[in-house]
Amino acid sequence: MSDEIESVEDFRARVRAWIKANLGPVQGWDLSQHCENDDEEREAVARDRALQRKIFDAGFAGICFPKEYGGQGLTPDHNRAFNEELAGHEYPSRFAVPTFSPCASTLLEFGTAEQKAAHLPAILKGDEVWVQLLSEPGGGSDVAGITTGAVRNATGDWILNGSKVWTSRAWWADWGLILVRTNWDVPKHTGMSVFIMPLHQPGVEIHRIERLNGESEACQEFFTDVRIPDSDRMGEVDAGWTIGQRWMYHERLGHNSPYVTHPIGGRKAGGPAEPSTVALARRSGRIDDPAARELIGEHRALGIVTQQLSHRIASAAASGKGNTDMSSVDRVFRGVASARRATIAFELAGSTASVWDEDEEGATEAVGMNFLMRQVGSIGGGTTEISRNVVAERVLGMPRETSGDKGVAFRDIQRGPKRG
Amino acid sequence: MLHELSSDQDMLRDTTARFLSDRVPLAKLRKDRDHTAGFDPAYWTSGAELGWTMLLVSEEDGGGSVSGNGAVDLSLIAYEFGKHAAPGPLVDCNVVASALSGQTGELQRAVLQGLLTGADIATSCLGAAPWMQSGSESITIRRDGDDVVIDGLVYPVESAAQASYLLVTGMSDTGMTQVLVPAAASGVTIKPLKAIDVTRRFGKVSFAGVRAPASALVGAFGGADAEVARQIQVAAVILSAESVGAMDAAFDMTVDWAFNRYTFGRALASYQALKHRFADMKSWLEASHAISDAAAEAVGKGADNAAELASAARSYIGVQGVELAQDCVQMHGGIGVTYEHDLHFFLRRVTLDALLYGTPAEHKRLIAQMQINQEMAA
Repeated sequence: MSDEIESVEDFRARVRAWIKANLGPVQGWDLSQHCENDDEEREAVARDRALQRKIFDAGFAGICFPKEYGGQGLTPDHNRAFNEELAGHEYPSRFAVPTFSPCASTLLEFGTAEQKAAHLPAILKGDEVWVQLLSEPGGGSDVAGITTGAVRNATGDWILNGSKVWTSRAWWADWGLILVRTNWDVPKHTGMSVFIMPLHQPGVEIHRIERLNGESEACQEFFTDVRIPDSDRMGEVDAGWTIGQRWMYHERLGHNSPYVTHPIGGRKAGGPAEPSTVALARRSGRIDDPAARELIGEHRALGIVTQQLSHRIASAAASGKGNTDMSSVDRVFRGVASARRATIAFELAGSTASVWDEDEEGATEAVGMNFLMRQVGSIGGGTTEISRNVVAERVLGMPRETSGDKGVAFRDIQRGPKRG
Repeated sequence: MLHELSSDQDMLRDTTARFLSDRVPLAKLRKDRDHTAGFDPAYWTSGAELGWTMLLVSEEDGGGSVSGNGAVDLSLIAYEFGKHAAPGPLVDCNVVASALSGQTGELQRAVLQGLLTGADIATSCLGAAPWMQSGSESITIRRDGDDVVIDGLVYPVESAAQASYLLVTGMSDTGMTQVLVPAAASGVTIKPLKAIDVTRRFGKVSFAGVRAPASALVGAFGGADAEVARQIQVAAVILSAESVGAMDAAFDMTVDWAFNRYTFGRALASYQALKHRFADMKSWLEASHAISDAAAEAVGKGADNAAELASAARSYIGVQGVELAQDCVQMHGGIGVTYEHDLHFFLRRVTLDALLYGTPAEHKRLIAQMQINQEMAA
């Protein structure tokens, strides 16, 4: 094979032919990642693994990952072409986020040669699904305030204790990327380390969290004396925040990361499949009402603008020109826009959004539930409030908020109201 | 504006930027509020030499783009117009020039040449548009022997009193019709209007049985719907880019103010309540850049989704651009509503831009119609 990179046009033509011949139409599972029960979800996971393997065998997995780790060594433009061609087809949606980004992206950037060789090909082949173990019960947005800790034992291994939370689908995933405290005697940002770990092993207990809409994909993990070999440490001891910041950057890029295989265009993924606003307005008898038409137009326009903004910021980042904190601009916008769109759908559905018939497809159920779950888009992955701080401080250069933990050894930081 | 410009595109943008800074600084615009036309003829002919009216015109007709996508190139000029709150009928002259490009009639060719040199100003009288309810169009055009006859009125029309030609769009019994008529034609009355913008001039144009020969038609009688839609997309590109330029100017000015204005011993920029509002504004601004650029790209290429992107840009920027400018006023406090301060130029620009060639509500209804059509076809 020559070292010359295939043109994006040639690549696209090749991709199109392969997808047409080998991938079926998009499934409800792909769009919503929503399954009726655990058995169905296990089936969907097995099918995603097989699909990822199929893409790997065809030479299209990990388009922006280096060839030595099983990727294709191509550019973000190639990945975008693949993703555009993928629209409307089945795809391994459970690998996109967080396995490819942030986990595999972070692994590629900071993993040791051995770690990359052991895991990147396994991920690209569909053998390993990863999760990120970041948030803790004690606080979500203050990521560097984590208290889950690891201490080194006599043999040089690490013993992990504590708990992580809001880990999507940890109950069936394989590996986790985890940020833990390894030094309590220094200020908080300088005493953390990053490890990789299998999720299903002695000392790890995984509980599922039921959310208000009834689904329970999010999990909480409890760690009791879990042993992690030092060879599974990523980066230097106590230097985990350097990795953590890039990790969170990859997390903010999410589906827009050049490392992610995920259709662009076509219908959106994530959240229960939603009926079109046109269908909602028809059902509620408002399709000819100009006010309803304006809501339909606003809903659609906001969707288009959201997509264009993500594309603008991701392509600036890919070309190395954008301030990396611009991804927080995208995050704020998406959070606010998705809430507005959920509200519009709810408004168009009228009173039918509140109830549903079990025997029918849950179209209005989705609208009502999406509305109740509206703020998730502004909470998950760091709240929009934190992102607004990032935009103001790191994009616009405004003064930082005062904090009570600057320069204080982590063990001395106040973690609750003063009593008595 | 685009992240990456070719050197030719950047030269085009930069030349106009320097020209506008030199010829129409805000201090001059502030003084020219009662100037009849808002600018001197030499300003417009010099601008035409810089390429302001040629980018959507074919090379055979004496025009040409810089990058191959004239709409993208024009959006760079429009962005600078917004950033400088520059006067002049950039939107209308380009809408008419793009409509006349490729036309073979003698009158059409002559008017196009006048637009290219800047010697003539032509403006668009949109008396029928796709968002209007059937029967509510404000201009009708009917056949009478070899002539067409125009009746009705339309406003606001930019630079109506300065225009030598009018591209009139009206409803006929078989569909939309466009006719090019001299502003001095018998039966045409042009009344200058007061406007919320102090840099641009608008008028009300009435047509009382105005006759024009069939040779003055632009496109087919009763069959101009697609051309009108296309011209609305062109206007959308210019208005969106112009609004984004004005938003950038207002936002930058307000960020500076937040750093330099102290209250209770602290800069405004240090208050979290205000920082979060700036972050929101920044997200609106970047989103506006993104959709404006996407619309320009699609309209220039004649892409399938050009109409949808153009209307998405108009409806989003039309609402959020104005909100951003109003929030900038709020951040300034009392000084923000004075004539002495520069901010109002940009508030005026985005506000009036939001109302031309379809309001945000009208564009939202157009998008809804597109979605309904798409779902019926699917």
